[in-house]
Amino acid sequence: MASSHAIEAVGLTKRYGTKTALDRFDLDVARGSVCALLGPNGAGKTTAVRLLTTLAEPNEGTGTVAGHDIRTDPVGVRRSIGLAAQDATVDDLLTGRENLVMIGELHHLGRKPSRSRAGELLDRFSLTDAADVLVRDYSGGMRRRLDLAATLVADPEVLFLDEPTTGLDPRGRNELWDVLDGLVSGGSTILLTTQYLEEADRLADDIVVIDHGRQIARGDARSLKRQLGGDQLHVVCAQDSDVDRVAQILQEVAGVAPTVDRAARSATVTTEGGAGAVAVLAGRLDSAGVAVEDLGLRQPTLDDVFLSLTGAPPVDEEPEEEAA
Amino acid sequence: MTTALADSWVIARRGLVHMRRLPEALVDATIQPIMFVLLFAYVFGGAIHPPGGGSYKEFLMGGIFAQTLTFGIFGVALALANDRKNGAIDRFHSLPISRAAVLAGHALANLMRSMLPIGLMSIAGLIVGWRIHSSVGNAVAAYALMIGFVFALIWIGVLLASLVRTPEAVQGVAFIFIFPLTFVASTFVPTQSLPSVLRTIAEWNPITSVANALRHLFGNPGGTLPDHGPWSLQHPVAYSVLWIAGILLVCAPLAVGAYQRSIRS
Repeated sequence: MASSHAIEAVGLTKRYGTKTALDRFDLDVARGSVCALLGPNGAGKTTAVRLLTTLAEPNEGTGTVAGHDIRTDPVGVRRSIGLAAQDATVDDLLTGRENLVMIGELHHLGRKPSRSRAGELLDRFSLTDAADVLVRDYSGGMRRRLDLAATLVADPEVLFLDEPTTGLDPRGRNELWDVLDGLVSGGSTILLTTQYLEEADRLADDIVVIDHGRQIARGDARSLKRQLGGDQLHVVCAQDSDVDRVAQILQEVAGVAPTVDRAARSATVTTEGGAGAVAVLAGRLDSAGVAVEDLGLRQPTLDDVFLSLTGAPPVDEEPEEEAA
Repeated sequence: MTTALADSWVIARRGLVHMRRLPEALVDATIQPIMFVLLFAYVFGGAIHPPGGGSYKEFLMGGIFAQTLTFGIFGVALALANDRKNGAIDRFHSLPISRAAVLAGHALANLMRSMLPIGLMSIAGLIVGWRIHSSVGNAVAAYALMIGFVFALIWIGVLLASLVRTPEAVQGVAFIFIFPLTFVASTFVPTQSLPSVLRTIAEWNPITSVANALRHLFGNPGGTLPDHGPWSLQHPVAYSVLWIAGILLVCAPLAVGAYQRSIRS
């Protein structure tokens, strides 16, 4: 079955007890593209990944991955995918190399090809020096890289990466982004989940915003931000007494009333003026003689996207539990 | 079929590597049985007299074999619960392998693991003065009975891991149910010495039956079959084999079913 889509899902629904984790969820991901599922904890991201990777069965709805039906041909799906689950499920008591060889053998590559494939991947993910060290002695970033390597052992058509950078420090996150950039330019189809707009923006062609198990918005980062009206001008005053004056100046520059946070002595407003707006604002503040602690142009955060799409900030729900 | 066997073996090998690299998880299969042999042989050895006479150290061995093999339930239950906790089960199930391979691999690894305590206890027993007084055939039957018992118990372990799911809960069940069950038996003392209700439980407890069957097959004290009393005490070998068959027929399908349900959600 030739389809231009590597992943297609129609009306996927999954209930755990009385809670609907995924509610008539539709998705299509074109071959060779990168799609990010963006949403807070408990929004249904992991459930969507579990259904599409055949780890769980939907209550309703259908889906195909690499042309294989997730309900009627789960083995076909599993042959075509690589999954990096949320907690880097590499084996602590095996070495990096042993982990990859084992995955290769379970993909029925054979022992020798598994070994050479493991060597290649360790090299590619800069793990050659740690290849024969037990994974329990790896750093968080190394574990994630090994986890990614493990998903690539059988050269899958479609990769599922569930929150690939959660729990990493900023340096580890940057390293992992570089690795993912490499995968993306290699032409793999990737579905990743994330809680960070910045990450979705950096890695994905297409962003699906998900909340309470439903798709609430879709587009590339630019169009989502356009829905928000652009970047944000953000000022933190040195003194409490200046907040009102700064808010007034911001309103004059941006043309709309800013959001004021008195406790943080900050004022924020959405602008399409870009760097020019920053320059104008800096001049105005300087001539008004206001002392400023911080001044800059910010990208909207996931919170801002949610605020604009739903009228409420994202609520972290209970992490998605398996049903008892 | 061949690939399912090969997959099971890959997963069994991983289990064996785990055991080698986490020796503290092997305490119940190594140090504990040796310690029990030494403690009970020398601390209680003088105070307890087996029915029909003979050395307590020799009486003891059948009981410690049965008890230690029973604790083997937790080897497989803990390994499965840990795999569930750290996501290994999910990773295996996202691979194109037979779903039976994960269970079969764990079962195989734990069956092989049980050779360790059986061997170590035999050596410790020989050191403190335990001997096999029967024929080669009976001795082989005794070791075969132990392996059959372990194989049956593995499925109880799988069932347990599928029902309680976390390693902590597995430990809890171990301490609250299984640990006492191994003592309300002829493990360390003859069942005649127990008060009425406990005595009845002990007489029909499969751990008693396996302990007595081993004593009988090894020709050890306590192995003489009584002419009267409960059927279970008169026919410990047959009663043990019935238990093994019963567990395999009832528990194994239940365990596989519970495991399948626990992963497909």
